[in-house]
Amino acid sequence: MLLNIKDLHVSINGKEILKGLNLGVNEGEIHAIMGPNGTGKSTLAAAITGREGYEITQGTIEYKGKNITELEPDERANLGIFLSFQYPVEIPGVSMTNFIRTAVNSQREFRGEEPLTASAFLKKLEEKKQLVEIHSKLTKRSVNEGFSGGEKKKNEIFQMAMLEPNLAILDETDSGLDIDALKVVAKGVNALRSSDNGFVVITHYQRLLDYIVPDFVHVIYDGRIVKSGGKGLAHELEEKGYDWIKEQFDN
Amino acid sequence: MDKEKDMNKVLDEVTSGEYKYGFYTDIEMDTAPKGLTDDTIRFISAKKKEPEWMLEYRLKAFKHWLKLKEPEWAHVKYPKIDYQDIIYYAAPKKKKQLESLDEVDPDLLDTFNKLGISLDEQKMLAGVAVDAVIDSVSVKTTFQDTLSKHGIIFCSISEAIQEHPDLVKQYLGTVVPHTDNYFAALNAAVFSDGSFCYIPKGVRCPIELSTYFRINAANTGQFERTLLVADDDSYVSYLEGCTAPQRDENQLHAAVVEIIALDRAEVKYSTVQNWYPGDKNGKGGIYNFVTKRGACRGNSSKISWTQVETGSAVTWKYPSCVLMGDNSIGEFYSVAVTNNHQQADTGTKMIHIGKNTKSTIISKGISAGFSNNSYRGLVRISKKAENARNFSQCDSLLLGNKCGAHTFPYINTANNSAIVEHEATTSKISEDQLFYCQQRGIDMEKAIGLIVNGYAKEVLNKLPMEFAVEAQKLLAITLEGSVG
Repeated sequence: MLLNIKDLHVSINGKEILKGLNLGVNEGEIHAIMGPNGTGKSTLAAAITGREGYEITQGTIEYKGKNITELEPDERANLGIFLSFQYPVEIPGVSMTNFIRTAVNSQREFRGEEPLTASAFLKKLEEKKQLVEIHSKLTKRSVNEGFSGGEKKKNEIFQMAMLEPNLAILDETDSGLDIDALKVVAKGVNALRSSDNGFVVITHYQRLLDYIVPDFVHVIYDGRIVKSGGKGLAHELEEKGYDWIKEQFDN
Repeated sequence: MDKEKDMNKVLDEVTSGEYKYGFYTDIEMDTAPKGLTDDTIRFISAKKKEPEWMLEYRLKAFKHWLKLKEPEWAHVKYPKIDYQDIIYYAAPKKKKQLESLDEVDPDLLDTFNKLGISLDEQKMLAGVAVDAVIDSVSVKTTFQDTLSKHGIIFCSISEAIQEHPDLVKQYLGTVVPHTDNYFAALNAAVFSDGSFCYIPKGVRCPIELSTYFRINAANTGQFERTLLVADDDSYVSYLEGCTAPQRDENQLHAAVVEIIALDRAEVKYSTVQNWYPGDKNGKGGIYNFVTKRGACRGNSSKISWTQVETGSAVTWKYPSCVLMGDNSIGEFYSVAVTNNHQQADTGTKMIHIGKNTKSTIISKGISAGFSNNSYRGLVRISKKAENARNFSQCDSLLLGNKCGAHTFPYINTANNSAIVEHEATTSKISEDQLFYCQQRGIDMEKAIGLIVNGYAKEVLNKLPMEFAVEAQKLLAITLEGSVG
């Protein structure tokens, strides 16, 4: 199993957000995580990637059969876990090209590979830029600085395409995107899709799932997965909203 | 919080990076006895076979220095310096007059090779002429022949005093007079060597000129003097680098740099200062008390200072521009990094006197460890300076929470047509930025290097190419172990 989360409890500043979450993702699968705001969707992404301040009080996160809860964020990334940020961060003065090159070569170094030559890197850069339809100029600008909302999200998918992770977590990548940008994001994800790779797609809306078709849909409520199903569940949620889940669960 | 602990751990590691240039070369030295009296000055002057006027200049400066008090207004703390406990002259013994590189002491050549400075013109970075100064003397100036074809004079100041006395007399002490301040007076009295450069009218210096300063001997002070004159319509780019051995005692470095730019001349002066900063606990290191000033005497002349300050235990340094000519331009670009127990009080003065004069100040301070980093700057617009413009931007970046950043900007305007803008920011390296980098597989140290270099980019971009790469590495090394 690619990702196996068992009985995960996560607290922020002593407040428990995830309260015994279980989730298994096999290679080749796409799992959608849906649910009302403030129920723990982003906390799940942060816990898997090892963000500081998210304290795991109970349970385990296994990735490729290994418990990763004690690993540093960069070690997890180097093992092939990628997060598309809900709010990508700006780094003034660091060009996107320099940033992604440092990242690509750090990951290669971790795997014991030589750094990419300048020409091989540039070739890859051009190829992936075309895939996610980002402007040439964008990679010359500082990381996310002055990018529009759509550009920032496309830039996340561009980085994913460059790094070719085994497990990609998309944290509300669709929020604030118009339909064209949404299609580009989906194109990037579908291009990476393979029998080796898995995806966890966190979203509030069903819309994205028309383009990235999930194998499973899970609903988080109050820190646990309260309902799982096939892609039909997403449509049901779209139609009925989340209230019926809340009612069901609260009773 | 744990994050903070981690961050501090990384900062610790980053900031405890080893100083690469801390070695010492055992060379036979010719030294003056410790202490400072009229006799010391006579000794130095005699060693250098100086003309009488030079000795008189020195003695006059010394007399003045005796009346002065060491300045205490800077935001730095250090134990009182015993000026009688310093050796004021130390020179590698030379057997005879140097005619070619073959005659340079192999130990000296080796020293400079270790520092990455080849004095062999064949092996040198193409396009950089070097004057190599060790302790109190210049040991070798390269590419002199190439330069003399253009009429450019580039030699040690000692040689200039002998060979070009008129030029030296005309300009020495005219930008930084011996009465200027305590350390300038001291320097005028005891300076032992340094570089001299004259670019004739209409000449664009075809290569970068560079002086490399090395302190080697123990218990000595280094007092170099640099004088750079750019005649009408000339251009020169000048670089300066410095290192010193690792020692438990503090050593004093009190230099003076004077630049004169005549009509439409342009001078770019870049420094990568990497004197030994002392150890992790603040023991040892260089006191870097330096007066640097350029005078834009000509109309439409321009002087641009770029400095990357990573070394020294204590830095007291304000490269300045006096904008006398109409339409003249002064620039100051600075990155100052302090780590462990380093202290820096640095900045600039822009004195607007001519009409339509312009100045730009970009200062980027980075503090880590227990260090203190202050920007101190003065922008003065005099009464006659119609339409003067200044833009200042002073940013401070803090790594960790035990360091300090301070800004002391002074603005003094006597002309209503002036436009003076000042922007200042203080920021901490953000956890969001670090996490973002780490999530891409970049470890904490590399992430800090990346973020800091990005922060300082505006200034690093102003450096000549050969230096920019070195400076970037230097920033990363200086901050090695500074995050946790």
